[in-house]
Amino acid sequence: MVEAETAASPAASAAPPKAAPAKPAHTGAVIAASDLSLTFQTADGPVQALADIDLAIHRGEFVSLIGPSGCGKTTLLRVIADLEQPTSGEISVNGVSPDAARRERSYGYVFQSAALYPWRTIAKNVALPLEIMGLPKAEQQKRVKKNLELVNLSGFERKFPWQLSGGMQQRASIARALAVEPDLLLMDEPFGALDEIVRDHLNEQLLQLWAKTNKTIVFVTHSIPEAVFLSSKIVVMSPRPGRIYDVIDCGLPRDRGLDIRETPEFLAIAHRVREGLRAGHSYED
Amino acid sequence: MSEIAEPGGGVGYAPRVWVQRIFAGQTGPVLVVVAALILIWYAGAIYLNAPQQIDRDRRAGIERNFIDFAAATYAQERPVLPAPHQVAAEIWKTTVEVKPTSKRSLIYHGWVTLSSTLTGFGIGTLLGIVLAIGIVSSRTLDKSLMPWIITSQTIPILAIAPMIVVVLGSLNVAPIWAKGTVSAYLAFFPVAVGMVKGLRSPDPMLLDLMRTYSASPTQTMWKLRLPAAMPFLFASLKVAIAISLVGAIVGEMPTGARAGLGARLLSGSYYGQTVQIWSALLVAAFMAAILVTIVGMADRMVLRRMGVKA
Ligand SMILES: Nc1ncnc2c1ncn2[C@@H]1O[C@H](COP(=O)(O)OP(=O)(O)OP(=O)(O)O)[C@@H](O)[C@H]1O
Ligand SMILES: [Mg+2]
Repeated sequence: MVEAETAASPAASAAPPKAAPAKPAHTGAVIAASDLSLTFQTADGPVQALADIDLAIHRGEFVSLIGPSGCGKTTLLRVIADLEQPTSGEISVNGVSPDAARRERSYGYVFQSAALYPWRTIAKNVALPLEIMGLPKAEQQKRVKKNLELVNLSGFERKFPWQLSGGMQQRASIARALAVEPDLLLMDEPFGALDEIVRDHLNEQLLQLWAKTNKTIVFVTHSIPEAVFLSSKIVVMSPRPGRIYDVIDCGLPRDRGLDIRETPEFLAIAHRVREGLRAGHSYED
Repeated sequence: MSEIAEPGGGVGYAPRVWVQRIFAGQTGPVLVVVAALILIWYAGAIYLNAPQQIDRDRRAGIERNFIDFAAATYAQERPVLPAPHQVAAEIWKTTVEVKPTSKRSLIYHGWVTLSSTLTGFGIGTLLGIVLAIGIVSSRTLDKSLMPWIITSQTIPILAIAPMIVVVLGSLNVAPIWAKGTVSAYLAFFPVAVGMVKGLRSPDPMLLDLMRTYSASPTQTMWKLRLPAAMPFLFASLKVAIAISLVGAIVGEMPTGARAGLGARLLSGSYYGQTVQIWSALLVAAFMAAILVTIVGMADRMVLRRMGVKA
């Protein structure tokens, strides 16, 4: 078994990029991190952002990362996306290294702020990754239209980012990530800048999308209700250095509506998350 | 009345309102500065030409009052500083009253200089952009090229221009290219420096975004770095076009060139024709102003098309 796996991975990396990516033998673990640590070297000395992270995320899971500001949520997401290199430990994405996964364009990333190109219209911004992937024009237009509709931005195609509110810009950046149609979505507080109603709406949309498409989603948030409502698994992190304090499996039904937030099951999970956050805070002080 | 006036300006046609309107915009202040300059110029002309005039009057035994004396200082054949109206008359004579193809036409000389200026500006801009792209794309080029680019500008252009023109001239290169080379030598520098800064200006997050798309370096260059560098490019181009004109004029001076504003300046100073020198100078300044304005207009047009907030 072990031999079969090691034999499979060189074949996967040697395969031409156009061919269907060879799925590794151990399907399921989309993201597998063990003993992962990351220390930033700064002018004021080293800052340990992540310590001893052990995490397995399986295909089709919706995993929320929650924790106080500065506990390393963004850093962990960036390591998965190959935007940051771990100092030690192992991590694989889709069974290959983050670098190889990035080259195969196997994930979509939503940044903590909108990161739109100021000289591109909203439609052109959403089309940017599609242009880079070299999709035909017609397909690009189809996907742009579909995803702008999904985030309620139809009619703003020809506006420039500065003509939109902060929340609308953030929605455009979500549409941009979705347009790539990746199997893995990495989202860094995508709804942080939105008002409650729009947030609820997009939460429902995202949940439907996830339920329909069997995507794997890693989602950073500060909101306990949001985490519980969306997730199949909640990872509670604690700061200095960033560690995983608790991993909570939520057994809520897959097709749930917003009213599930009133049920005892929901409140019980929310309670456990809150306890975890409190405990994480206190062992720092 | 439904007219919309400039902020601070009035509505209507009373003289006071017109004055208000002019001063609400940019026109008023500019006019005041021009008027002040002309006044100072006239005063300076009296002061600078007076010794020569006093000398002459004494020899001719003429006594005059101040008004008469001032008028005389404004009418000398070879004044130290010609009066504005003398220069204006000379410019009129050499642009409107002679055929543009004549060797005495400032339009002809202006065109000669302008063509070298634009040639050099084009080459310099292209060279600057290419160098900047190379420097931003490759650490090796950054390390190896940048010091040379800086060094190139520490050599005084007055020292190097004659050599360029003479060497290229002896190789039978047409004067327009030789002078263009001097312009390009000056123009590429601001473009290269500005573009290096501009190409490095995108927000790190936008670069990260390109990385998540696994974009090639060429795609990152075309879709992110170059568009982000546009404001920097135009700021540099304004400097480059003005400096190209200087390069072309300097390139015309050392070689005994018979055409171009530089040649006019040189022959003017050779024969003490100060009026001719000042006319050529003013035409050159006017040309520089027009060129910079054109670049400024292109700047605004491009940035507006890129959707930059006005
Ligand atoms: N590029 C960097 N260089 C140095 N230190 C960094 C860098 N990026 C993050 N850090 C540090 O790493 C720690 C974790 O940062 P990170 O951005 O991952 O936190 P976060 O959990 O996303 O916080 P927030 O909820 O506020 O977004 C912080 O202490 C931060 O100061
Ligand atoms: Mg963060």
